[in-house]
Amino acid sequence: MLKLTRRSFLESLGGGLLVLFTSSKEAAGQESGTHRRSHEDLPPEVSAWLHIALDNRITAFTGKVEVGQNIRTSLTQAVADELRCSPAVVTLVMGDTDLVPWDMGTFGSRSTPTMAPVMRKMAATAREALLSQASLEWNVEREHLRMEGAFVLNGAANHRASYGELAAKIDWVKVVGNADVVTAPIHWQVAGTDLPKINAREMVTGKHRFVSDHKLPGMLYGRVLRAPSFRAKLVSVDTRAASKMPGLTVVHEGDFVGVAATDERLAEKALASLEAKWEESQPKSSDSAQGLVFGNSNDDTIVKSAYQVAYIAHVPLEPRAAVAQWNGGKLTVFAGTQVPFGVRSELAGAFGLAESDVRVLMPDTGSGYGGKHSGECAIEAARLAKVAGKPVKLIWTREEEFTWAYFRPAGRIYVTSGTGANGKINSWNFVNWSSGPAGIKTPYEVDETRRAEQFLEGDSPLRVGSYRGLASTANHFARESHIDEIAAKIGVDPLTFRLNNLKNDRLRAVLEAAANRFQWAKQTPTANRGFGLACGFDKGGHIACCVEVSLGPSRQLKVERVVAAWDCGAIVNPNHLRNQVEGALVMGLGGALFEEIEHANGRISNPRLSQYRVPRFSDIPKIDVILIDRRDVPSAGAGETPIVAIAPAIANAIFSATKLRLYSMPLLPALAKA
Amino acid sequence: MDLTINGRRTTIQSDPERPLLWVLRNELDLTGAKYGCGEGQCGACTVLVDGVAVRSCITPLYTVAGREISTIEGLADGERLHPLQQAFLDCDAMQCGYCTCGMIMSAVALLRKSPAPSETEIKQNLDGNICRCGTYNRIVEAVHKAAGVMKVSAKETQHA
Repeated sequence: MLKLTRRSFLESLGGGLLVLFTSSKEAAGQESGTHRRSHEDLPPEVSAWLHIALDNRITAFTGKVEVGQNIRTSLTQAVADELRCSPAVVTLVMGDTDLVPWDMGTFGSRSTPTMAPVMRKMAATAREALLSQASLEWNVEREHLRMEGAFVLNGAANHRASYGELAAKIDWVKVVGNADVVTAPIHWQVAGTDLPKINAREMVTGKHRFVSDHKLPGMLYGRVLRAPSFRAKLVSVDTRAASKMPGLTVVHEGDFVGVAATDERLAEKALASLEAKWEESQPKSSDSAQGLVFGNSNDDTIVKSAYQVAYIAHVPLEPRAAVAQWNGGKLTVFAGTQVPFGVRSELAGAFGLAESDVRVLMPDTGSGYGGKHSGECAIEAARLAKVAGKPVKLIWTREEEFTWAYFRPAGRIYVTSGTGANGKINSWNFVNWSSGPAGIKTPYEVDETRRAEQFLEGDSPLRVGSYRGLASTANHFARESHIDEIAAKIGVDPLTFRLNNLKNDRLRAVLEAAANRFQWAKQTPTANRGFGLACGFDKGGHIACCVEVSLGPSRQLKVERVVAAWDCGAIVNPNHLRNQVEGALVMGLGGALFEEIEHANGRISNPRLSQYRVPRFSDIPKIDVILIDRRDVPSAGAGETPIVAIAPAIANAIFSATKLRLYSMPLLPALAKA
Repeated sequence: MDLTINGRRTTIQSDPERPLLWVLRNELDLTGAKYGCGEGQCGACTVLVDGVAVRSCITPLYTVAGREISTIEGLADGERLHPLQQAFLDCDAMQCGYCTCGMIMSAVALLRKSPAPSETEIKQNLDGNICRCGTYNRIVEAVHKAAGVMKVSAKETQHA
């Protein structure tokens, strides 16, 4: 029942008692895809999460993966904190399905609020076990012991034992995580500091092996034949020319046609030689919102608006990639994914294997932003490798990544509000059609009986999926634009109007912090200079953005300056948090101003970086990030929500200069048409 | 075909039209140069040819025969990092790190022709390199920092 790879891995760590996976549920073989796993299924034993070797090296195991959000660093801080040791002696094993406990995936800003507490609990319990062991051995009270440099010391009697020595004497199988011994944020020593990114040196020297950098002996290079449009069916394919090429394997199974060759050049030539006939079908078009509840009139000042957002792409700089290898009936795949266990299930399903016969490894990869949840590339590489009888690497081309991944959904949002003479919002009706429900609830105080938020599912012609922040960006764009519209209509300053209608203390705090730093009260818009702000909260994070824009003589827009304030509770790593907020603002800037997937007749018309514009150096404003550290509040994730306020803040800034209200993202095409 | 990479001569049997990127990565296992777009738009594949930054994904092999090719793997002096590599660490100028090698190589070329670049100059020169994680301002800071360090060490060398 115990995984051999985990056994040999633990043996390679050396020393101490070798503790293997002992989760009762894992052992009971509840690994089929039908069993819907949850957080409660996580193994309770410390040994599933932590290993202390005789030489004092500490290894922690987690199914979370590193995609640039620096969770490798912050989870290391959590473990080191609880074990009262230097982070330098802690190594994290991440996202290797044979070595780590099952995990749902790295998304939804969940790693910090859910995984860090698990790692802390396990490490804290291990710490207590080490202290108990020392106390027992030396027959001294626990309070006389201290921990230093991965040693337990009893100063009075000159006792000294390494964690490794003590760990080797503990029966870890019986040690179960205890949340009561976890360190409160106010006592953090390692967390709360700027520990540098753990493997940054490998990044700057080119030594780090991203998924697409992996190479196995005898490995072939794959390419896959793509349909000319979505939903096209393969009628026939002539593979004769390719089949004659030496060093080439052609795979044709149903609609799947791919090649694997000894070098990428040959694979490309072989792909070009395939003559395929496709039957294309027009996508269903239902790009309208029928039967919307839209209307809420009363005696107040009524504002009624409709907003829209476009499809956009994640554009991870490393496209999807996988390296697959078969060994007998067992399959091993290096895959660039945010969900290694999900990809393992997909692979098991695709090839009729038990999940225990599939291993997915996910080395720190070239980002994801919510775009790498699915396992197509891994399955394709495995299909090719199976037929070729050799390992195969498949890297999706940029065009494939743009076309065959999935998009952040487009949508329309309809808002009707009523505001009283006292400047209070009295009614609020908010309908999101198609883009999603995330962040749909208004943080502004409106009586429950006169407030409605509704998400209506759309029928998208394109494949859609998760994206950093999900629809929170769209919903904040609509809501925060709308709030400014109300303020303008009743002639109240946008900051004042927000504060008049907000009770949420943390949201008020970020709004005030950003506005103060920005010197909001002193800014006077002109025809070619505008100022805007927006705020919001989602997933435990609170963000406010103030933005200054300039407009040239032909309305060339430049975002000059952004001040953002962010609160996600107790801060684990201030510098990395700041970096993350800055990055989210930059990514948000792209979606706000110019990112847009263009499509027609089931084809993407701009599937290249020369056609799809992403933010570059020349687009980047001065960015000033204020972090509010709340050691009294558990840490929430920070990967997503800092993205939500910049688009409406820019739209509001444009309005302040031009008096043009833009209702659709991206804003630049809307501005050109306005 | 004879290639000189990081000061070492290598002979490669390959299609002369093949992009340099894939020769580096697949034949020579120099994987610091990354694939990002295949059309010279993202800069992840940047290497130096005779000291000038080129996009190796659109550079046919025959055009670099006999010329000096430098990749990220040859930048550090043993364990001692190049000032730009060190500055990227000091400024935490990365998130996922996938663009980092190309970014550093572009910056190496910039500092070679302009040892004390202005912010505008840095932004203009690196505009062909995409950092999708959005660490641009940190990268600008890192290039400034490295330029400062290199200026000081150049002076020290002069005085020595």
